Amino acid sequence: MNYDIVLCGVGGQGGISVSVVIAKAAMAEGLRVKQSEVHGMSQRGGEVLAHLRLADKEPASPMIPRGAAALILSFEPLEALRYLPWLEADKGQVITATSPLKNMPTYPETEKVMAELMALPNKLLLDADALAREAGNVKTANMVLVGAAAKYLPVKPESLEKAIRDQFARKGEAVVEANLRAFEHGRRANP
Amino acid sequence: MGFETLMGDEAIALAAVHAGLGGAFAYPGTPSTEIMETLQELASRQKAGKLEGVAEPFAAQWCANEKTAYESALGSSFAGKRSMTSMKHVGLNVAMDPFVNSALVKINGGLVVVVADDPGMHSSQDEQDSRWLADFARVPCFEPADQQEAYDMTREAFDLSEKMEMPVLIRITTRLAHSRSVVETRAPLPQGGVKKPAPGMDWILMPAVARRRWHELLGKQAELRRMAEASPANPIAKADKRLGVITAGLARQYYRENLDDLVAARGSAPSHLHVGFYPIPEDKVRALYEACDEILVIEDGYPLIERLLRGIVAPGKKIMGKESGEIPYEGELNPDTVRAALGLPARRGLAVKELSPPGRPPQLCMGCPHADSYGALKEALKDHPLHAVMSDIGCYTLGALPPYNAIETTVDMGASIGMARGAAEVGLKPTVAVIGDSTFYHSGLSNLVDAVSHGTNMTVVILDNDTTGMTGAQPTILPSSRLEPVLKGVGVAPEHIKVLRAHRNEHEKNVAAIKEELAYEGPSVIVLVRECIEALKKARKA
Ligand code: SF4
Repeated sequence: MNYDIVLCGVGGQGGISVSVVIAKAAMAEGLRVKQSEVHGMSQRGGEVLAHLRLADKEPASPMIPRGAAALILSFEPLEALRYLPWLEADKGQVITATSPLKNMPTYPETEKVMAELMALPNKLLLDADALAREAGNVKTANMVLVGAAAKYLPVKPESLEKAIRDQFARKGEAVVEANLRAFEHGRRANP
Repeated sequence: MGFETLMGDEAIALAAVHAGLGGAFAYPGTPSTEIMETLQELASRQKAGKLEGVAEPFAAQWCANEKTAYESALGSSFAGKRSMTSMKHVGLNVAMDPFVNSALVKINGGLVVVVADDPGMHSSQDEQDSRWLADFARVPCFEPADQQEAYDMTREAFDLSEKMEMPVLIRITTRLAHSRSVVETRAPLPQGGVKKPAPGMDWILMPAVARRRWHELLGKQAELRRMAEASPANPIAKADKRLGVITAGLARQYYRENLDDLVAARGSAPSHLHVGFYPIPEDKVRALYEACDEILVIEDGYPLIERLLRGIVAPGKKIMGKESGEIPYEGELNPDTVRAALGLPARRGLAVKELSPPGRPPQLCMGCPHADSYGALKEALKDHPLHAVMSDIGCYTLGALPPYNAIETTVDMGASIGMARGAAEVGLKPTVAVIGDSTFYHSGLSNLVDAVSHGTNMTVVILDNDTTGMTGAQPTILPSSRLEPVLKGVGVAPEHIKVLRAHRNEHEKNVAAIKEELAYEGPSVIVLVRECIEALKKARKA
């Protein structure tokens, strides 16, 4: 078994904690994990990209080959498009938040971005911000996305919940609960 | 001892501590920064008694630049302690003088030099390959392929440094530094005590001694070669003779990623030599060449092994690599470029149909003080059509992009002041150097001394945000409050040092002050002070 995930978004959207949560859950279930991130200047409003590889045998490359990813989990619609060449052509899934983050003048028209996404064979477009707000805290949109991906990920939802608890325990029970609720809302959006 | 999920940088830091580290010294630089950050975290855990098996405290310090960091590590080695310095690839250029010369002294406590290269220039000005510099200095070099090797090789590097009495370089690249996997750790070793080198001249590189030490260093090369030939880090497996593959460091992982498909396509695995320890094991390279019909060399960075293999006289068999174009010369390796070089068809991915997603350039944080500083500077320069603004390395380099378009050069740490000075001395005016506080202490100060000494007609603008912002807000080597006395101390006229607050509320005042100094025919310094937003956030969290 191997399951490759491209996580993408814009600096400051909480991509790193998503990567950690999924990786922790996978390791708790005995999978081997490789994670790779681009740090540095991309922290300030640039693209942020993480590759997360889950497998029963240690993955060789820290980077996912093109055409191999089972899932693109994106925090921003244009960013989801950017990494399509990494997605497995027939089976690959795209899950993306729909709120565009237009921090450059060259950002295309939103309708065009959405049209491209709608044309994909396997996709789930969701208003992660709205779902997070509904769940009680707009800052938890990243965990909404984890919830929406839960049914595809090769780990049990309970393992993800436990990983979310671990990840936010330091910040207190209220933050843990908010993130768990967001995760639940995400799951309900993709039952 | 246990299993931990670690980034390459973290694995190296932990291994150094487990090897009995006495002192580590560094200047921040992507992708090496997390090595020192991890060491500092481990040091504070040690002090709190929460670092299992590590009884003694160790030094883990940021320094003014890579040269001073290197020299501190060298002194710590002199004192008999296991010592480490870590830096990004271009940092080794700054530390080149102590690096090359330290190969000639008789290293006492093991000295390990970790250099993180950035092929693909994710956050750098060039993609130089530090393996060449290890070769240049005639010191051995490890090149780990994954986090486990990063841990194991770091521990081994300390032993080797002490055995051979020379520094040992560890070369990593961005992808290894910043990717994570599970590492099995081993029991920590105790630190040795302070123990000076045996009395003698081995650390005094005056010409007569240096000649002797150089002779001895050259004499050790044969033994290093023997080690490389025998090293388990350089395994050779002869299989299918149609193709021989040579991988170095991380390239092995990209090769392995494609190996199943390759075996399926060819019927068997190619012969394979992997290089994880240098000097290059020439006999093994030759053995592979002789055993195979064709050779493919896969290495990140410059073609070191490939060029040696090609030589000047055509070797007869087909050699594939960067020089012949099967592997791209520029940028970093990845599983796809390696796949193509192995002759495998690309896997099928998806494509965007009509749009081509535009890049998303990095930006200054909302509320960054640099934005306000550039606003004032640009307005002050409006009346001077022929001006030059030389800048430097840091977040403020983003001043090159819209909406600021405020700077004209970025070359290397500290270059802004030197270049503005040179341009001023030949008649370009007004010239302005824009530099951050951390970069100023790194390499700007000596350029300012030149300007004062020659009375150069230029204005230096120091963007003082009290941190090294770009690498994640490490503390600057001296606090903001010390900057003005330093400027006065090197002889900038006090009436031409202006310390202002970098805020849009002070815009008019700042513009007027900059204009005044632009008009002054001599060296002047404007310090624009306001704390970095990221540093503030970090401080609030802590
Ligand atoms: S990290 Fe600090 S210095 Fe860099 S852009 Fe952000 S606020 Fe400005």
